[in-house]
Amino acid sequence: MRSLTIKKQKREKIKTLKDYLKLSEFRLQWSMVAVLAIILAVFTIRNPRVFLSFRIYYSFMSIIPFMAILALALTPVIICKEMDLSFPSILGFSAWMFTSLCASTGNPTLALIISLITGLLAGLLNGILVVKVGVPSLIVTIGTMFFWRGMIMVCSGGVGKTLVPVKGTILFQSLVGRIGGVIPAQALWAVGLAFLFWLILNRHKFGTHIYFTGDNIESARMMGIPVNRVKILVFAQLGFFAAFAGILLVLEALYHWPTTGQGFLLPTIASVFLGGTSAFGGMGTIFGTFIGCIIIGALEAGIISIGLMGFWTQVFYGLIIVISVGIHTILRRRT
Amino acid sequence: MELKNEKLVRMVNISKYFGEVAALRKENFEVGYNEVVGLIGDNGAGKSTLIKILTGVHPPGKGRIYFQGEEITYHSVERARELGIETVYQERALGEQQALWKNIFMGREMTTHLGFLQVKKAKKETERILKEVIGFTAAGLTPDSIVERLSGGEKQGVAIARALHFKAKLIILDEPTMGLSLSETKKVLNFVKGIKEQGKSCIFITHNIYHVYPVADRFVVLDRGRTVGEFIKKDISLEKLVNKLYLVARTGEISQN
Amino acid sequence: MLKRYLKLSEFKLQWSIFAVLVALFTLFIMGAPRIFLAPDMYYSFMSTIPFMTIMALALTPVIICKEIDLSFPSVMGISAWMFASLSASTGNPTLALIISLITGLLAGLLNGILVVKVGIPSLIVTIGTMFFWKGLVLVFSAAGGITLVPLRGTILFQSLVGRIGGVIPAQALWAVGLAFLFWLILNRHKFGTHIYFTGDNIESARMMGIPVNKVKILVFTQLGFFAAFAGILLDLEMSYYWPTSGEGYLLETIAAVFLGGTSAFGGMGTIFGTFIGCIIIGSLESGIISVGLSGYWTNLIYGLVIVISVSIHSILRRRT
Ligand SMILES: Nc1ncnc2c1ncn2[C@@H]1O[C@H](COP(=O)(O)OP(=O)(O)OP(=O)(O)O)[C@@H](O)[C@H]1O
Ligand SMILES: [Mg+2]
Repeated sequence: MRSLTIKKQKREKIKTLKDYLKLSEFRLQWSMVAVLAIILAVFTIRNPRVFLSFRIYYSFMSIIPFMAILALALTPVIICKEMDLSFPSILGFSAWMFTSLCASTGNPTLALIISLITGLLAGLLNGILVVKVGVPSLIVTIGTMFFWRGMIMVCSGGVGKTLVPVKGTILFQSLVGRIGGVIPAQALWAVGLAFLFWLILNRHKFGTHIYFTGDNIESARMMGIPVNRVKILVFAQLGFFAAFAGILLVLEALYHWPTTGQGFLLPTIASVFLGGTSAFGGMGTIFGTFIGCIIIGALEAGIISIGLMGFWTQVFYGLIIVISVGIHTILRRRT
Repeated sequence: MELKNEKLVRMVNISKYFGEVAALRKENFEVGYNEVVGLIGDNGAGKSTLIKILTGVHPPGKGRIYFQGEEITYHSVERARELGIETVYQERALGEQQALWKNIFMGREMTTHLGFLQVKKAKKETERILKEVIGFTAAGLTPDSIVERLSGGEKQGVAIARALHFKAKLIILDEPTMGLSLSETKKVLNFVKGIKEQGKSCIFITHNIYHVYPVADRFVVLDRGRTVGEFIKKDISLEKLVNKLYLVARTGEISQN
Repeated sequence: MLKRYLKLSEFKLQWSIFAVLVALFTLFIMGAPRIFLAPDMYYSFMSTIPFMTIMALALTPVIICKEIDLSFPSVMGISAWMFASLSASTGNPTLALIISLITGLLAGLLNGILVVKVGIPSLIVTIGTMFFWKGLVLVFSAAGGITLVPLRGTILFQSLVGRIGGVIPAQALWAVGLAFLFWLILNRHKFGTHIYFTGDNIESARMMGIPVNKVKILVFTQLGFFAAFAGILLDLEMSYYWPTSGEGYLLETIAAVFLGGTSAFGGMGTIFGTFIGCIIIGSLESGIISVGLSGYWTNLIYGLVIVISVSIHSILRRRT
């Protein structure tokens, strides 16, 4: 009887706690929307002509999706309490694969498939090294980051390659074409993928497994969650989507540089954290990541258009990251 | 100097909340000179929380703590140690990947004035502790052993040795027999007897009344953050105490007669 | 017996990394005996590797503490700018040195405070401060470089990056001296013990009275300080300040620390390992080019060396 009452008591406690948490997670997400709204408001006030016209949003829609796709796929990895620093290099290598296969075979669909598989395998390699060999992911992916970056240089011989012949193909149209002449297809891809990721994380068994694995891996293992498989899959999908983002990127630019993908690393990670995903695993939302990407992506364009030099972008990145995440941390601590 | 009826430790009106969870509710608790107190209670009763407040890990909040009759105003782990309170925590509080000798002196390293370690001295001392204080002569257990690879009993032994080594007035053992074999449990109980014989005091926390009954002078039963019963050993037999505990478990209340 | 085993495994780990270094240099010597048997190559290593080494040494305690810092190259950048611009404007390099070191110290302190007092995970905080300081460098220096040629020949210059006996770069001696200092602190000083315990199990450390917050703040602060020091050395060695100085050090430095066997899970790591890790990372590029491979291979081989070495570490640790 005693244990029953205790159980009841505890359940009640947990219930309120959970409600609290829910509330705070809610607040957290809305606080990010508020940050975004404030940033856009400031920009609009400072430069109404630019920010009240469609052009700037058009350019957001054509630029932000690459990072957004990366960030979406990175979110489950971080929820799993793992890290990946190699995805920009995987992006670069898969993009090279796509570019050179397009040129040599003249068959962009084949190139697309092989390139996606390349990314998938590269991600799988990370997963296997982490799970089977037991090297911490932060370390292993520094290694594979250098490795794939090196592969690009060795394979490409350090020179770029054009993709202009692919322009106008159905593949091109459906990946980076302008829908109705105005909406960049990549934006629709990003939104669609965001929905897909949301669905998997929140409405699918696999998503639940990801959260539990990141929350407490020992408990998850004991409760029969295949934590190793979860981790491997999570790394593999990041490789896959990094390749996809790479293909979109080279199609949009119609050119592959050996440096393609560099510079995505830290802004992408920053936007995931900005979205409220916890560095300690077990917590994170797709909605948050999506907003985080828009904030990071909009800042650069915005800062330049309100007349500050581009140099300021990074200062603002830094401030916004520290302040927003500071707010998250304090919001979470209260409960 | 101290009045004979003054207690070694007196904790008055201690409350502790973890968020919404009340771990302690206006709890009063005492330990006399040369007394072994058995602190008993269900999981989550607040036993560990109570002693962590005494040892300075948690702040005491609005409550007051008196040591040898004097109120302690500034409370911290260092202060508790200066006063002569040594603790074996339930969590053992060991740095598992570090060497045994470093663990023995964790938080109060043997150093020169500039803070440099006296490695040789500390290792020698550790060796002595291993032999004399806990009587571990198991092959392979040396000051350089990495704690991670010790057995559960050996780890507990290290944590106890650490507490016994520094000349304390009050030794707190939080679940010291958890996960120990019969023979090792016996060793621990002998430590407690030794503490009593040396004229020191001890708080012995456990779920297992059969362990604590032979060595304690007094029993305090904690339930959901407050004391529900207190018994002097001479007044109560083991069977009666066990019955009382069943009663608490069922009703959450206890009759003092 | 057990003890010998245990010791052996950490030992093995250190020797395995040393073996990688020896193997690498054997390959270099076989591939390009004329270059790798002459002292010039080694002088050049001694002039280039110390910058990364100093930062890697200071990063090691941070990682042992189970924290991470991604902002140190930017802190290095802002301190390097501070030193260069103050030297140029005041003509007093000593003053510039002091202010620049203090800048680095404060930047490190800021990281520490944000991590400990606000409670933001260090990985995130330092991504933020990394952008912040890098941005400030760009804003301040307006993308222009600063020459430091006038400092050549000053005592400061001589003692920091001069050539001792005409050949040995002073920065190499600084790096070796600092390695010894860090070794001393980590292994023979109370503070070092506190760092290991904090990284090993912060709750235990707290319960045993180790001032874990102070330890963490200090550890971040010293990294800021030494990043500034490395930035000043780099300025002086180049005799020129570029707004991009410090860039490119991030991942290589972290890689060097991990290559040296420091654990990403805290509580474990050695200065010896880090030092060897730095030599490996620092000599690979020149080595690769000297043996006749194109520079394009550098990153690929970095990657292979890192993945293989840390896999060996992981397996060695698991076995025991
Ligand atoms: N650091 C903490 N954060 C949040 N809640 C805590 C913390 N420590 C203890 N509690 C809560 O306080 C209550 C009392 O815990 P405490 O550890 O004191 O119990 P206990 O009597 O030692 O139990 P056990 O016999 O299981 O060790 C429990 O409900 C526990 O969940
Ligand atoms: Mg307890």
